[in-house]
Amino acid sequence: MEKFTTLTAVAAPLDKANIDTDQLVPAPFLRRPRSESFEGVLFYRVRRNADGEMRDDFILNKAPFDKAGIFVANRNFGCGSSREAAAWALVAAGVRAVIAPSFGDIHYNNEMNNGMVPVILPVEACDELRVQLHADPGAEITVDLETQTVTGPDGRTYAFTIPAFNRYRLLNGLDEIDVTLESDAEIAAYEARRVKTADWLFP
Amino acid sequence: MAKSMFEKIWDDHVVVERDDGQTLLYVDRHLCHDGSFQGYYTLNSQGRTLRRPDLTWGSPDHYRPTDAQSLNDISDPALREKVALFDKNAAESGIHYYGLDSEKMGVVHVIGPELGITLPGIMLVCGDSHTATHGALGAFAFGIGASEVAHVMATQTLWQKKPKSMRITVNGEVGFGVTGKDVILAIIAKISAAGAAGHVVEFAGSGITALSMEERMTVCNMTIEAGGRAGMIAPDEKTYAYCKGREFAPAGEKWDRAIEYWKTLPSDPGAVFDKEVTLNGADIAPMVTWGNSPENGLPVTGAVPDPANEPDPEKREAIQGALEYMGISAGMQISDIAVDQVYIGSCTNGRIEDLRAAAAVAKGRKAVVAARVVPGSEPVRRQAVEEGLDKIFLEAGFEWRLPGCASCLCLNDEIFAPGTRTASTSNRNFMGRQGERVRTHLVSPAMAAAAAITGHFSDVRDLAEDK
Repeated sequence: MEKFTTLTAVAAPLDKANIDTDQLVPAPFLRRPRSESFEGVLFYRVRRNADGEMRDDFILNKAPFDKAGIFVANRNFGCGSSREAAAWALVAAGVRAVIAPSFGDIHYNNEMNNGMVPVILPVEACDELRVQLHADPGAEITVDLETQTVTGPDGRTYAFTIPAFNRYRLLNGLDEIDVTLESDAEIAAYEARRVKTADWLFP
Repeated sequence: MAKSMFEKIWDDHVVVERDDGQTLLYVDRHLCHDGSFQGYYTLNSQGRTLRRPDLTWGSPDHYRPTDAQSLNDISDPALREKVALFDKNAAESGIHYYGLDSEKMGVVHVIGPELGITLPGIMLVCGDSHTATHGALGAFAFGIGASEVAHVMATQTLWQKKPKSMRITVNGEVGFGVTGKDVILAIIAKISAAGAAGHVVEFAGSGITALSMEERMTVCNMTIEAGGRAGMIAPDEKTYAYCKGREFAPAGEKWDRAIEYWKTLPSDPGAVFDKEVTLNGADIAPMVTWGNSPENGLPVTGAVPDPANEPDPEKREAIQGALEYMGISAGMQISDIAVDQVYIGSCTNGRIEDLRAAAAVAKGRKAVVAARVVPGSEPVRRQAVEEGLDKIFLEAGFEWRLPGCASCLCLNDEIFAPGTRTASTSNRNFMGRQGERVRTHLVSPAMAAAAAITGHFSDVRDLAEDK
């Protein structure tokens, strides 16, 4: 996994609530193995009109937002399907951090397992940031994982938290399975205990 | 201290608890499907092996075309490859596997309870968001991403931060013609699609305990559509009766010990929940969703909302956008919305009781629009045939298919024509979910059958009285 320490990038405001992972990556792309590129997949259908042409009223189709490395979204970002391709498509589009008032639980974990930082800020803070990004296209935001702060275009900072263990892995770019296998003895001990205390689980 | 059911199950599965609260939990049961190839890829490419094949079960449900009896019948090479790849991965890793030729195959959230893989008190995960289904038996069950699937394959564990808890109580039984599907749609309409985010939900109250096991599964299945990590219902006599005698359920003395333990599971009196929500069962009517979020549910007797009446500008815009996508107008009666096709099936509503409810409405009538029935599993399909439900559907002009996820998530190309409108018993009405610009309305199986018969949304309670 790629390390994440601090990121300063052009940010794009996504005003709609409940952006589900079907919108981020529609079903036909789920067949693609994760070893292949997910470039150009993000918001594949949302970006296009019925004829397959790029819509000019979709914010990510317009400069400077087409190069955004951070999204400031609304309530319940990444709700719905567990498809991790949503995170792969974000990373492939160069997006390493999403700021939102709330996330779909599964997608929240999927982002962190792909070197992304999902930042939860209060509704008002997200609203303020999106207003600034609309007013000043191309404005940058900084997401600092070490200090767990977001700095907006106006210099205001907002504190956030990432679960400590995930933060440690993100800062160091550590693979989760390797870290877990450091607890192999504990896992084996649990298994040995479980056969005795809950034998009904093993028919 | 008084504990909730969730806390009891959580505590029982702790392998390691770090000082920062991050906890390594043991997974009793892992379900896989033909979409799990991403997890297998990670496992294989890192040179790891699947730690507990004996605790891992799988069946190809996501990509299986529901007209293909065997691998050779799958005409699309891309779909055939996905099912064949799972056959290979399953054989190499030695998991319990039910391929297309197995009489036990089916949608994993249907066969889990059916085979007794799902039991009260266990922790179960699967790389699919509707894994919450299994909580209906009093299990802690939730969906995970592909990286987490690989992690469970390699370690049989998962790191979690303890979610918050929420109790949703439905007081009083629901009325005639109202089902578990309507109960969960009413709950999501009340609390919103993010109402349970970060929470494990316990469904309780006489309105919940009165539901059948199948309906309880439907309720828990859609907890994810309210943003919930997991949904669960305390095991009771109905649960024990459901589990007894199933292939992987305990038997003999082990059964007695299991029951003894399961009886300790329900939340203690005085258990504290971070959030409490209450509904009255009698207030819940057959529901229909009108927009692109499962939170957009209304009674079938209702009218499409008018954005002009919404004071919040953001919500007003959301309603406006949904009406445009759905091609309906403000103030329109739900019952005036005509449908192009009807879909009955999925892990939400593909069980025998769902098919019985739909068949009861279809019996002796004729569908006026295209209608398709996809049973949730081979055992469900066989049971339906035994009961003559397939004949009822076929005589009413419905299509009768083989088990799979099919038109609920549309991975297998069973999509609908662009811009058409579906009455669907599935779980998501997202934009484009069932095909490009396809407009999906979520309903119960009986309501879906009623829409097939009349060509528009109809109150199934009236239809029953007609007969």
